[in-house]
Amino acid sequence: MKKSVFIGTLAAVSVTAGMAAASTLDDVKAAGELKCGVSTGLVGFAAADANGVYHGFDVAVCRAVAAAVLGDGDKVKFVPTTGKTRFTALASGEVDMLARNTTWTFSRDVDLKFEFIGVNYYDGQGFMVPKALGVASAKDLDGATVCIQTGTTTELNLADYFRSNNISYEPVPIETNAEGQAQYLSGACDVYTTDASGLAATRATFEKPDDHVVLPEIISKEPLGPLVRHGDNQWGDIIRWTLNALITAEELGVTSANIDKMSMEAGNNPEINRLLGTEGDLGGMLGLDKEWAKRAVAQSGNYGEIFDSNIGEGSPVGIARGLNASWTDGGLLYTPPFR
Amino acid sequence: MSATAEPEKGGFRLSQLIYDTRYRSMTIQIIALIGFLLSVGWLIRNAGQNLAELGKPLGFGFLTEQAGYDINQRLIEYNSQMTHGRAAVIGLLNTLLVAFLGCITATVIGVSIGVLRLSKNWIVSRLMTLYIEMFRNVPVLLWIIITMAIFIEVFPQPRDFRGEDAIATMKLFDSIAITNRGILIPALAYGPGIVLVFITFVLSLIGIVFFRRYAKKLQEETGKILPSGLISTGIFFVPTLVVFFAATMINLNKEHVVFGAKTLTLNADNSISADSGIRFCDTGGAGNVNAKNLMRANGIKFKSVPSYDLADSLTRMSSGNTRTGCDIATVPSGTALPEGLFVSEGISLYSGRPIELEKPYLSGFNFTDGVLMRNSLIALWFALSLYTAAFIAETVRSGIQAVSKGQTEAAGALGLRPGRITSLVVLPQALRVIIPPMISQYLNLTKNSSLAIAVGYMDITGTLGGITLNQTGREMESLIILMAIYLAISLTISTIMNQYNERVKLRER
Repeated sequence: MKKSVFIGTLAAVSVTAGMAAASTLDDVKAAGELKCGVSTGLVGFAAADANGVYHGFDVAVCRAVAAAVLGDGDKVKFVPTTGKTRFTALASGEVDMLARNTTWTFSRDVDLKFEFIGVNYYDGQGFMVPKALGVASAKDLDGATVCIQTGTTTELNLADYFRSNNISYEPVPIETNAEGQAQYLSGACDVYTTDASGLAATRATFEKPDDHVVLPEIISKEPLGPLVRHGDNQWGDIIRWTLNALITAEELGVTSANIDKMSMEAGNNPEINRLLGTEGDLGGMLGLDKEWAKRAVAQSGNYGEIFDSNIGEGSPVGIARGLNASWTDGGLLYTPPFR
Repeated sequence: MSATAEPEKGGFRLSQLIYDTRYRSMTIQIIALIGFLLSVGWLIRNAGQNLAELGKPLGFGFLTEQAGYDINQRLIEYNSQMTHGRAAVIGLLNTLLVAFLGCITATVIGVSIGVLRLSKNWIVSRLMTLYIEMFRNVPVLLWIIITMAIFIEVFPQPRDFRGEDAIATMKLFDSIAITNRGILIPALAYGPGIVLVFITFVLSLIGIVFFRRYAKKLQEETGKILPSGLISTGIFFVPTLVVFFAATMINLNKEHVVFGAKTLTLNADNSISADSGIRFCDTGGAGNVNAKNLMRANGIKFKSVPSYDLADSLTRMSSGNTRTGCDIATVPSGTALPEGLFVSEGISLYSGRPIELEKPYLSGFNFTDGVLMRNSLIALWFALSLYTAAFIAETVRSGIQAVSKGQTEAAGALGLRPGRITSLVVLPQALRVIIPPMISQYLNLTKNSSLAIAVGYMDITGTLGGITLNQTGREMESLIILMAIYLAISLTISTIMNQYNERVKLRER
């Protein structure tokens, strides 16, 4: 087995070299589909339904990019990746972009040679415990058994947090969210830790969500965002500005409901006009057509709509906007202008 | 034939390499070899070049960087501040541990099953067949996962042990706790005199060997049979126990006392009390176990703070740190104490025994004290053993069947009982057939242990090939090291087993 992995790695690296010459945009257009790395199943962010169709907050970003580039948001091949395989998948060219609750960190950006193109969710690592334990704060967790997904920043944050608070813990490494749930629910670990959004999503799938609480401590900054490989700036720009288009659309009040009307002819707001392609040619600068952003927003709505339908308070996951509100509403979402 | 034509003595021509059958096969082989080496070279060069283009030239410097993550099962000292290299060693030790345990149990189970499969009892032999077919024909990964799933669901969680009418109780005089996080067994804590007890024990073992030799010699020379089982048992237990009790008596002359900035208070009704939340400097000796048992028996809630030795305890007492500091410790009476520390008067806690059992004790979220055999280790060990045992059983069966039936019948004719026929005649001959395939079963088990991450066991694949690879992004380097390590382990195992094979194989003169 080891040997096949090794040769596979060799082969994958050799393939990358062949691809590095052509631009990712051309490759995607030639293939007629966008290969998008998503998580193996996290309700609200990326999960396949009974028919095998992917839905979720991260999935919507992939679809928006596919709509902008290929004109059809369904032309996406979703590649499920685990916390361990995601970077290899991206680096080897197995996927064109990664939208998988991935934390933007210095070493990933610089050392692993990836380009984070923005933040689509401001998150932080939290703890979930059964209510029956009567724990009110993470500082009471001395001696607890903690389930962590391996291959994430989570385990490093956890080690740092417990060390700086001088309390001990027993880490239980697990591979996937599903395994983590099984261990947590059977009591093989006291605490389940991952990003607070992931905890909320996981809790939503429990039979009795109210028996579990997410502790108030958020022990890390986890800006989650899509990422691409270093070296293809045009491709990076396309994804960065597709995400920005979704966020700006919300700020400007462009929704999936009114976008058709708004894009019929140039209106009074020049920024909306530039965004929707009725004025200027921002799309041409990206190597796309004029209506790229219109299609991206029309696909599953603006950022606010995507948030509400997948993970917002109306959905089973039930996360409040909090830091993820537009800057005009006191949140952190603030995009550079479209001009 | 007298007129054999002499071969033509012409010079070597290049075309002979292809047209002459003497050289042709060699030519083809050399060309194939060159082709193979070229393609390997191309693959390596290409990979190196592409890695360099990606800005990740091959380098092993990451092994000396700080790891930053914790590992639950550590056979040697490790914390998140240590290096990736150290983490890899921890993983390696875990791999070796599970492989070692697995090989032993797989052999024991496999040999028994293999012998039983040939049993004349119809039910027994069919049951064994069922076992072998079931384990042999399902992938080992599934066995590992199902073992873990059963383990987690069947056994109680630690908090089920709590309360007046607890769902679960500890087994064997409250010394073993079986939880779904693992099985806790008592740890051994040592006191003064343990070295003497240990030496006596080793000497008794040597004594038993010598006695057995003597008994055998006596039997061969005079035909007299000594009751060797009884005497061996006697030598095994008596001297060690005598030294043990002697050491206990001597130890009791020198009492251990509790001292510290705070003290335990002896009440009028002989019960003992202390401030709640008192912190105990736990250096792990037998005297400490006595102290902890005493406090628990009196319902004193205390926090155990690990400490290395007396000097460390004293530093911790004076540090005033709320987390790492401690309040009381034990010490042999008569030890000079610094100012401001008091001995708890009238409290006798010392049993004097050179070995104490430190039983697991439920406190907080988990059991403390004792030795925790984690669920991941047990599940992996169990699944690997049962799986490999099925293959070993088949090997053993084929080995036994390879021994000619005439051997058994001849032994029977000499009047040997069936048990002795198996152990004296059949098995020694079967062993020669069994050993070589056994080597590859051991290798399989060791390599299969790399599936450990499925149950969260931190073996070398989990540390170096998992978290380290992921955090540093050094796939190529990690996998190269990983391959080299598995190769080294496998070659070591086969070397050892081959030497053993040399010793037992048939010697022809």
